[in-house]
Amino acid sequence: MFVLISFIKIVIVLAVLLTIVAYTVLLERKLVGHIQNRWGPTRVGPFGLLQPLADGLKLILKEDLTPPYVHRGLYLLAPILSLALALTSIAVIPFGNWITVAGKRIPLQITDVNVALLIVLGITSIGVYGVALAGWSSNSKYSLLGSLRAGAQMVSYEVALGLSLVGVLIVSGTFSLRGIVERQLGGFWHWNIFGGGYQFVAFFIYLMAAYAETNRTPFDLPEAETELVAGYHTEYSAMKFAMFFMSEYANMVTVACLASVLFLGGWGGPVFGPPVLQALLPVFWFLLRVFLFLCLYIWVRGTLPRFRYDQLMAFSWKFLLPLAIANTMITSLVVALRH
Amino acid sequence: MVHLALFSLFAILCVAGAINLLAQKHPIASALSLIVVMGSLAAEYMLLGAEFVAVIQVIIYAGAIMVLFVFVIMLLNAGEEERTRGSRIAIIFGIPGLLVGMGLIAWVLVRHNVASGLVKAGALPGTPPRIARLLFRNFLLPFEVTSVLILIAIMGAVVLARRERG
Repeated sequence: MFVLISFIKIVIVLAVLLTIVAYTVLLERKLVGHIQNRWGPTRVGPFGLLQPLADGLKLILKEDLTPPYVHRGLYLLAPILSLALALTSIAVIPFGNWITVAGKRIPLQITDVNVALLIVLGITSIGVYGVALAGWSSNSKYSLLGSLRAGAQMVSYEVALGLSLVGVLIVSGTFSLRGIVERQLGGFWHWNIFGGGYQFVAFFIYLMAAYAETNRTPFDLPEAETELVAGYHTEYSAMKFAMFFMSEYANMVTVACLASVLFLGGWGGPVFGPPVLQALLPVFWFLLRVFLFLCLYIWVRGTLPRFRYDQLMAFSWKFLLPLAIANTMITSLVVALRH
Repeated sequence: MVHLALFSLFAILCVAGAINLLAQKHPIASALSLIVVMGSLAAEYMLLGAEFVAVIQVIIYAGAIMVLFVFVIMLLNAGEEERTRGSRIAIIFGIPGLLVGMGLIAWVLVRHNVASGLVKAGALPGTPPRIARLLFRNFLLPFEVTSVLILIAIMGAVVLARRERG
């Protein structure tokens, strides 16, 4: 029974996640289009809504090219690894309250582990391999440079990202993401970013580190097209390229989910109406937060120019890291004095 | 049953990774085998009920240390290794030593009749609060001394890596 319920949850969550990933691409093209005073895709379907399907079809039908002189096994492994890891971390993210189906209480989350947050961090830290191996196995200088940049960037910003979460953990007293959300329910002043933990500095650090971790503008040095063609996925085409693309957007969604869970109160929001609505409204509030966070992501992308590489590294090690350490110390001091 | 099957699977994967690490000619392939070993060890910890240790194993070893290894191999652009015959001393002393070691471990386990069974995840004192209590109460001094040692190592690395001006 447990296996069956888990399986159903996995299928639904994966389907929704992949749909969100596809439509985030459309959202990005639309929003960036409007920021630049264009329309974005409009031709396929009403308002261009079927564009992701057309893109997917195009990428599947394209010729799957493997360049000569690549390290074949690793060249194939890299995109698979990237996508698999990007899709895995969604497993521990709670996206709603409990629902009752046929007398059984089911948590809206694939699995609730008591070290959930660490699992997400662990998966992110392994995600570097996808990028690093792609660059190295392609046997091309642009790919290698891109992957070295990406690797260095992800490793550096992971430190700031991890430390920014420590403050939240200290005020929450648990690693369980469900536990962290349950502490923030009951109005926006209970959110960790506001009165729940006063973690606005941590949120700022998290935001910056999250942009860098997912290789997004203004930190998209690994794929800076003016210098590196396309960075670590220069030599990839068709579905293998699509897998990198999907893993980037899946990572964005994960980061947005994590931000909502850790700082913005998870699924908290007004709940009313019949039982069905009561079960589904939290999910809606959660998805709304994720949507707004993704819009912020795209807005930043459409507005800010790219950093220089040394600025990027200095920003992480000389600014974000000390700030994160200070935030951790002050938070733990306050928590200790309150006890 | 599933538990035992998974445990055996990851055990086999771990040993296979370790053997592959030695057998592979290319440094990158060896490094990747080592990552497989680390990952399957983490899975074993998880199955033994120590989630925290499992995740830390992944973050520290697979995620940090091995990334460094892979980077160094990539930057040095290390080629294929040449296969040598291996040292004779290693064969003469190594294999009997290994057998004696394994025999000793097996003997101790059988002698002390260590309960061999499976635990549920989270049944053992491996949760973060328990570990924190051990670290910051019972073993505070060794913990802090270790961190000072690591700090010294970091400073040493910085001093060694700094280029002489002149």
